[in-house]
Amino acid sequence: MFIPHTDQETSEMLEAVGVKDLAELFTAIPQKHRFPKLNLPPALSEMEVMAELENYAQANESTKDIISFLGAGAYNHYSPAAVDMLLRRGEFYTAYTPYQPEISQGTLQVIFEYQSLITLLTGMEASNASHYDGATASAEAVIMAHQNFRGKRNKIILSPSLHPQYRATIRTYTQGHADIKLAGDNLDPQGSPEALLTQVDTDTALVIVQYPDFFGRLYDYTDFISKVHESGALVAVAVNPMALALFKSPGEMGADIVVGEGQPLGLPLSYGGPYLGIFATRKEYIRKISGRLVGETTDARGNRAYVLTLTAREQHIRREKASSNICTNQGLLALAATLYVSLLGKHGLRKVAELNYQKAHYAASQISKIKGYSLVSDEPFFNEFLVRCPGNAADLAAHLLDHGIIAGYVVGTDYPKSVDQLLVAVTEMNSKEEIDLLCETLAEGHHD
Amino acid sequence: MNIPAGFKFAPTDEWVHMEGNIATIGISDFAQDQLSDVVFVEIAVSAGDTVKKGGLLGTVESVKAASDINLPVSGKVIEINESLSDTPELVNTDPYGKAWMVKIELSHAAELNDLMDDKAYGVNCAGREH
Repeated sequence: MFIPHTDQETSEMLEAVGVKDLAELFTAIPQKHRFPKLNLPPALSEMEVMAELENYAQANESTKDIISFLGAGAYNHYSPAAVDMLLRRGEFYTAYTPYQPEISQGTLQVIFEYQSLITLLTGMEASNASHYDGATASAEAVIMAHQNFRGKRNKIILSPSLHPQYRATIRTYTQGHADIKLAGDNLDPQGSPEALLTQVDTDTALVIVQYPDFFGRLYDYTDFISKVHESGALVAVAVNPMALALFKSPGEMGADIVVGEGQPLGLPLSYGGPYLGIFATRKEYIRKISGRLVGETTDARGNRAYVLTLTAREQHIRREKASSNICTNQGLLALAATLYVSLLGKHGLRKVAELNYQKAHYAASQISKIKGYSLVSDEPFFNEFLVRCPGNAADLAAHLLDHGIIAGYVVGTDYPKSVDQLLVAVTEMNSKEEIDLLCETLAEGHHD
Repeated sequence: MNIPAGFKFAPTDEWVHMEGNIATIGISDFAQDQLSDVVFVEIAVSAGDTVKKGGLLGTVESVKAASDINLPVSGKVIEINESLSDTPELVNTDPYGKAWMVKIELSHAAELNDLMDDKAYGVNCAGREH
């Protein structure tokens, strides 16, 4: 709770700095700029404001108004009503871990449960309490790996099939690190991960790949990771956590760090956020992760209790020695993901993942039967795949949008050489009728 | 307060003990007492590294704080104490013995003159006690 200053406190502070009133603190600002006249329309009543905002809101089209096959990092999944209901309870409704954490046992228990679920899904040994989103979690992996080698290894290899926005965010985060060298951009974005190995050398700190990758392709990175390890570098895998309910975890493949976008775990699309950044690693690196680890213990009376077990890189212990002071976690969204996974359970989550897999494979097989259309890759995939269109994919997507369908992600937006490609995502939310309608409209689009 | 004779001390509480041209380095009893229970020791240098006085030797983390340990002398690292990663509590129980951190072959022996002897360090510590 924020407690503002009392009048007495304010006057004591003014006296201490030697000014007579608050206005005197602003004398550095020229008089004419202090209270500029604002050119605003006349004030509206609350009722009128609501009506105006409703009008703006109705101009948006959501996945309730439109059929969507758009993924590319954020996926349209069903979230049980109980998730939202529990999430909004006053006891939980904050994004922050309290600074006197142990007094908030409920919050700590949620983080503990969240960490446990994430380690189970990823096959890792420890998870922090989350980051902003998949992109920032990926950037934290880069910073952590670089710090791990203390300047002895400075090269970070980014797979060109890592989400373009993740790569952009990594560039932003590492701007101030003059010694970090980012590599991998010169490779064929749709080539195989093997090509990354040619870039790995004794200066390499980290190789970061995606699973499934941005183009939906699923690779078993087991051999890849062991080859990277031979050079002494670490491997981070950026994941879609929903896919991990069905496929081999990066932990089983030998990954050192797993990051990912937690949005598929029951978080609404919400026009792009707020989302949830997953970050998990092996025990040997726990002192290098940012954020905090919550542990379960017993109190003086022998009752179960939760504590902040480790905050090694946090402000209040390490301060200037911390390599990242971004400790704000997405507590509320981590809670949502925890509720979602708990409500579905181990088998429920797998079932959702299976539905995604089956529907996406049905869609892929139907689309590949349409004249002029084909699948770009024959690699295994989860719920998203690349389609080669018989023309410009952006034009085709515009045509489908006229028919109330978002056909997918126009790959040319980020990869100018692939203007004829469409990245199509199918989730449990897409009915067979919707998939068939997509195919019919794609077929028509070609004839137009 | 245990301040053994024959050891040299840096103002930042690292000790140096010489055998021939080899300096064994750790942190003092005063330092471990200030830190309280040590839970983690990370040595930032590896055998074979050429290191400079003032550089980072490692980090000691206690239940109260994380502190950097500085290199009191320059030279070539010949050995590090691996056992501290599993038994960091040795820093509390045996700071001048089993909790040695690195051994360095000196390249600039004159740097030893910048360090305090046990008597000077005792005075230094006394001035900081409260």
